[in-house]
Amino acid sequence: MTIDHESSRTHISNPAGAMTTTPSEPKGTHSLNVSGVASGTSPDNATIDPVIETIDLSVFYGEYEAVRDVDMVFGKNQITALIGPSGCGKSTVLRCFNRMNDLIPGARINGTITYHGQDLYAPEIDIIEVRRRVGMVFQKPNPFPKSIYDNIAYGPRVNGWKVSSMDDLVEEALTKAALWDEVKDKLKESAFALSGGQQQRLCIARCIAVEPDVILMDEPAASLDPISTTKIEDLMQDLVRNYTIIIVTHNMQQAARVSDRTAFFTAELDELGERHGRLVEMDWTKKIYTNPADSRTEGYVSGRFG
Amino acid sequence: MSTPTLTRAGERSSLTKTGGEPLREKLFRWILIGCLSVGVVTLVVLLTYTIIRGWPRLDADLVMNMPSQVLPATAGAQSAITGTLWLMFFTALWTIPTGIAAAIYLEEYADPTHRINRIIEVNILNLAAVPSIIFGILGLAFISRGLGLGPTVLTGSLTLALLVLPTVVIASREAIRAVPRSIRMGSLALGATQWQTIWRQVLPSAVPGMATGSILALSRAIGEAAPLIMLGIGFVRFNPDGLQSSFTALPIQIFQWTTESRTEFKQLAAAASVVLLVILLAMNSIAIYIRNKTQKRW
Repeated sequence: MTIDHESSRTHISNPAGAMTTTPSEPKGTHSLNVSGVASGTSPDNATIDPVIETIDLSVFYGEYEAVRDVDMVFGKNQITALIGPSGCGKSTVLRCFNRMNDLIPGARINGTITYHGQDLYAPEIDIIEVRRRVGMVFQKPNPFPKSIYDNIAYGPRVNGWKVSSMDDLVEEALTKAALWDEVKDKLKESAFALSGGQQQRLCIARCIAVEPDVILMDEPAASLDPISTTKIEDLMQDLVRNYTIIIVTHNMQQAARVSDRTAFFTAELDELGERHGRLVEMDWTKKIYTNPADSRTEGYVSGRFG
Repeated sequence: MSTPTLTRAGERSSLTKTGGEPLREKLFRWILIGCLSVGVVTLVVLLTYTIIRGWPRLDADLVMNMPSQVLPATAGAQSAITGTLWLMFFTALWTIPTGIAAAIYLEEYADPTHRINRIIEVNILNLAAVPSIIFGILGLAFISRGLGLGPTVLTGSLTLALLVLPTVVIASREAIRAVPRSIRMGSLALGATQWQTIWRQVLPSAVPGMATGSILALSRAIGEAAPLIMLGIGFVRFNPDGLQSSFTALPIQIFQWTTESRTEFKQLAAAASVVLLVILLAMNSIAIYIRNKTQKRW
C-alpha cells in the first residue's frame, strides 16, 4: 500500500464523468457506473493509502456482540460505502470511527481501530480531538436551533479556535458544501427555514468547518428527495478530493454511483441463534458489483437477497 | 338504484344522515362539558365573590398602609405584599439554579440503570407530593431552630425553596428531555465537550420549559400559608429590609384577618386575596407568554 492517491483519484478531475454512463456500456444492473471506471482508471492498479483500519474489530452492546471480526481498510481521498441489509452492523461500525458509540451505555469494542496508524481506542486518545478530525453527518438532518451562520460557527467556537475572520470561515465552509449561493443572503435566518436537502448540506458544511480529515455519513440521503440526493452525491464527489469519506447506505445504486470501494455486511446467526453483523467482503466497488468473490454479495447486489 | 353504490351488500346505500347525532354521542359530549364547568364555574364564582366582597377596600390604602388589628377602615397590606415579593424573589433564587442543576445531573450525567439514581428519581417524585405543612415542620426544626435563623425572610424562603424544589426538578427534567438527542449528537460529533453541548445546545433549548415550570412552581409556593404558619410567621407592621428581617406574607395576613369578627376585616381579607390572585395570575401569564413566545419546532 503505497501513497499514490493521485492515480486513484484521476476520475475526480471530471466529477460529472463519474455520474454518467459511458455510451458503450449496456444498461442493466451490472453496468452500474462506478467512479474510477468512467475515467478509465483501472481499480486493480489503484492503491490504497490507509486512513482508518480495523483489525479483528468486534463491537459489543453489553454482552451482545453486534458485529464480529471485521477487517477493513479505508483509503485516503476515497469514498467507501458500507452496504448490507438492516441490522447488519454498518452504522455500528461507522460510529466506532469517531467514538460516538462511547455514548451508548454498555458499548465497547474488541480488536483494534487505527487512525493514521494510531490506536483510536488507546487510553491516551483525546475523544474530542477524534470527533473533530472524524466528522459525522447523520441520517436525519440535525441543524441546531440557531441561525445558519451560527450553525457553521458552532464547531470552531466550541473547539476554541481563534479565527481572524469567522465570516470567511463560514463562507468557505458553505461554499465547499455547495450551499453558499442559496443561503448567502439569509445567513442570520434560522436553519430550520431551509429545506431538508439544504439542511443536510448545512450539516455537511458544519462538519467541514472544523476541518476534519474523515467524514462519516450515516445514510445521509435517506430522508431526502431524489433531487436533494443527487446534490448530496455530487457534493460527495467534490469533497472526496480533500476528505476521506465513509458512507453507510441502504441504497445500492447510491453506493455504486458514488463509492470507490464497497464493503458488504450481512447478519449471520451463530450456533446459539444470536445475530451478529459480519463483513462479507470489501473490494473495489466495480468488482463488488460485477464480479464479487462471495455469492452472498452477488445475491444482495443483484437484488436476489436482502 | 342507478346511483353508484359505495357500500357493500347488505349495508345502507345512502350517504345521507338517518337520524342525526346518536343520543350516546351527545350525552358523552355533555358529560365532558359538565366536568369542565365544575372547575371553570367554581373559579369564576370564587373570583367574583372575592372581588365583590373586597371591592370597598380595593383602594390605594390597601397598598400604601400597613396592616392594623384595630383600625380596619384604613389598614393596608403593604408589609404583606412586600413580604410576599421578597419571599418570591429569594425562593426563586435558591430553588431555580439548584433545581436546574439537579435536573441536568439526572438527565445528562446520571446512569439511569444505577440503583442509587433510580432511588433518587422515585424520591423526587414522592417529595413533590409531600404536604406543604410537613415542609413547614422541617423548616421549623432544622432551619428556624436548628440553624437558629428564626422566623425570617431567609427561613421562609429556604423552606419554600425546599417545598418547590422537587417540582422545579421535575419540570426542568422534562424540558431537558424534550431536546432531541440528535442535537446532542450533532454537537458532540463536532468535537464539543459534554459541558459545551449542555451549556450551548441543551440549556438554551430547554429554557422556555424550565422557566414555565419554575414560575408555576413558584406561584404555588407564594400561595402557601401552612408552612409559614408552622414557621411562626405572624403579624408584622414593617417591610422586610434584609434576609434576617422578620416579615409577613399575604396568605398569612389574609388568614389572620379572616379570623377577626368585624366585617371590615373580612372585606380587607377579600381585598388582600384579590391582590394575591393578581400576583399569581400575573406569574402564570408570564409563564404562558414565555411558552408561546419561544415554542420550538424541531
